[in-house]
Amino acid sequence: MTTSQSAPVIALEHAQKSFGAVHALEDGEIELFGGEVHGLVGENGAGKSTLVKILAGVHRSDAGRLLLDGEEAIFDNAKQSQAAGIAIIFQEPTLFPDLTVAENIFVGAQPLKRFRRIDGRRMRREAGALFEQLGVRLDPDRLARGLSIADQQLVEIAKALTTNARVIVMDEPTAALTTNEVEQLFRIVETLRARGNAVLFVSHRLEEIFAVCQRVTVMRDGRHVWTKPIGEVTVQSVIRAMVGRDMDALFPKIDTEPGRVVLKVDRLTREGDFTDVSFVVRSGEIVALAGLVGAGRSEVARAIFGIDRWDAGTVEIDGRRLPPGSPTAAMAAGIALVPEDRRQQGLVMDFSIERNIALASLDTVRRGGLILRGSERRFARDWALRLRLKYARLTNPVWTLSGGNQQKAVLAKWLGRKPTLLIVDEPTRGIDVGTKAEVHRLLSELAAQGVAILMISSELPEVLGMADRIVVLFEGRVMREFARADADEDAIMHAATGLVEEAA
Amino acid sequence: MTSVAEDQGVLEPRSGSHAFAEFLARFRELGIVLALVIVVGAATIDNHLFLSAANVQQILAGSAIIALLAIGETVVIITRNVDLSIGSILGISAYATGVLYVHHPGIALPVVFLVALAIGTACGVVNGLIVTVARVPSLVVTLGTLYIIRGIDGAWAGGNQVNASMLPDSFNKIGYETVLGIPYLGWIAIIAVAAATYAMRSFRTARDFYAIGSDPDAARLAGIPVGGRVFLAFVLSGAIAGVTGALWLSLYASVDAIAGVGYEFQVIAAVVVGGVAIFGGSGTVLGAALGALLLYAINSALVVVNVSSFWSLALSGGLLLAAIAFDRLIALRVAPAMRTRRRARG
Repeated sequence: MTTSQSAPVIALEHAQKSFGAVHALEDGEIELFGGEVHGLVGENGAGKSTLVKILAGVHRSDAGRLLLDGEEAIFDNAKQSQAAGIAIIFQEPTLFPDLTVAENIFVGAQPLKRFRRIDGRRMRREAGALFEQLGVRLDPDRLARGLSIADQQLVEIAKALTTNARVIVMDEPTAALTTNEVEQLFRIVETLRARGNAVLFVSHRLEEIFAVCQRVTVMRDGRHVWTKPIGEVTVQSVIRAMVGRDMDALFPKIDTEPGRVVLKVDRLTREGDFTDVSFVVRSGEIVALAGLVGAGRSEVARAIFGIDRWDAGTVEIDGRRLPPGSPTAAMAAGIALVPEDRRQQGLVMDFSIERNIALASLDTVRRGGLILRGSERRFARDWALRLRLKYARLTNPVWTLSGGNQQKAVLAKWLGRKPTLLIVDEPTRGIDVGTKAEVHRLLSELAAQGVAILMISSELPEVLGMADRIVVLFEGRVMREFARADADEDAIMHAATGLVEEAA
Repeated sequence: MTSVAEDQGVLEPRSGSHAFAEFLARFRELGIVLALVIVVGAATIDNHLFLSAANVQQILAGSAIIALLAIGETVVIITRNVDLSIGSILGISAYATGVLYVHHPGIALPVVFLVALAIGTACGVVNGLIVTVARVPSLVVTLGTLYIIRGIDGAWAGGNQVNASMLPDSFNKIGYETVLGIPYLGWIAIIAVAAATYAMRSFRTARDFYAIGSDPDAARLAGIPVGGRVFLAFVLSGAIAGVTGALWLSLYASVDAIAGVGYEFQVIAAVVVGGVAIFGGSGTVLGAALGALLLYAINSALVVVNVSSFWSLALSGGLLLAAIAFDRLIALRVAPAMRTRRRARG
């Protein structure tokens, strides 16, 4: 069925893309053929999404060539990419919740009858025919509001078919799907392939790649590693290609003697997010929660801090149980949470630097109901100094700081409370290398002072370099726990992709 | 292949609750009609004169003005915007119409309406341009133009008033003549609402309004010219308010500088009671027009049964809150499914 002899429908050669100082893509390469499903794998941050966005016309590559049927082409926007017959199914589709399924499929291109009126009957009929073609049942007349992610993807796929897309790119389509839904998606992918479409299937899950793809491309650190027919590779060789790089001297880990158990999580479960999660964090210890995006790491952290309620299990701090769903109780017990999204959740961007730093410690800078500006400023200056925050004036709004210094400001805000347990979610995402090392040094020092640290990170080097113990989650369950000495990238990657049995 | 059957089994109860919510949403109009029947019935039992021809005609003509304004307001609100300036546009257009007759007593009827249309359209263009080009929230923009237009109107009219005696009978007739027992104004509103309801269902541009209000970012991704459509919505709303200004004068037959003050809130109340989501994306012109009729009928009924007009204001407010609570209830019914979706996103 493969038609690999003919020219690729679309090809990307030596594509580069930088965002400021960050090189998201240094050498991206992909060739897609009609009637073939092409797998694209790589770690978080390997440049897969950037490559997809270049194909989608969302980003324009800084260098390199895009070939459409062998002819050089340039996509300036999403519209041009769509016109060239490329459809992207994102992990979280963007539908119009107030419009019906049929309207969502045909938005902007509804079939018309006389006087340019929309032919509603034909629209519904054609939508129904599309779903039949895909072998699924979905009511074209229902509103899109409340559709499951899987059904939303179906609508997007149907939409792609109406525009006669030849290339269908699925960016981690299975991340939010149930097992049944994944099976259904696989059948649809096979249908598309049999129709002669070129399909690019981006996924973290290697078993899925081996189940649906005829060819696989591995990326690492923004570079194309290799592309091979699926018959010539094994899970082992793919993983080896995905990881396997040198550890930098970015991780000034101080060896500490773990003390008493500070955090004890026992069989913690939240329906749909995570199941039976158990682990402990001792004082002076850094424990990493590793796993792929969507494995439930942040959700566990949010539950421990009381943002989301848990359905079953217990969380103990220093032997005392926390009530579910109460951040106030969690803070009183000495937990601090540095969230992943500092702009949305960690800082009030329009507040001054000093305001932000003192925000979690208002008890110490107020008298009665009044906040004392002087003591607020002293408090902020003290912490800014300890964390080597680089700022012009403490009264400037916090958005004037660079990304790395914003992260330090969030850390300062929480360290000001002298926490016994510090939870950091992706502490170094999107900050430059120098500040990264400083954040690592800071975490290391805190642990040495006896703070228990729970770190969530998608960067394997960071996990391996910083953590005393590593808890790997896969689809909301603890897959494996490693001591520092036993962990290596291969083993963690195996566990994180759900392949624990074959781990070396 | 077995999983298809399994999927269906899992999906069925969920889509059942959706069907219920959709039923409620789509048959919102029926609920308003029901409320209307209750109001009319109760008022008639208390005072049989409520259903007298004169009173019914007065209700239809008065609510026709609100219903016409509600057509434009509905389009604007569906795009997730709001137009607060319609009362002022109606006022200045009504005064301009009156002044036109004072200075040119023999002027032809169509010309008068064209002038009213032009004034309203111009105001709508200003609103639309500021909202889409300067990207200022429409709430602020139209609050500003509400005062500016009213200010111009006030400076122009001063203490003057145009009376029925200065207007030709051919014009005044629009306000009081009836066909088949329904006033001209009622017919105009019925035809306009029917046409607008049909158009909002049947044209791509109209469906774009819904898409924009439903999710502006997704609309942009889908290639919908968001700015142009929002601009068009404001122009439509202004134009309708302009023409309605002339009709308003024909009904009340006298105009000064405060004509139409506060109408924007009556209209928005009618639109929301009529089931148009205040954050855009859903609702119908028919619902909004029925909302206008219901609110007007309630006010009229309270007068007939001798309740103080202060109470009628409070009741309008209560109805507004009830309508919003009802929408919330529907949203909550959909919420469990939304929650599982959001969780699944991880």
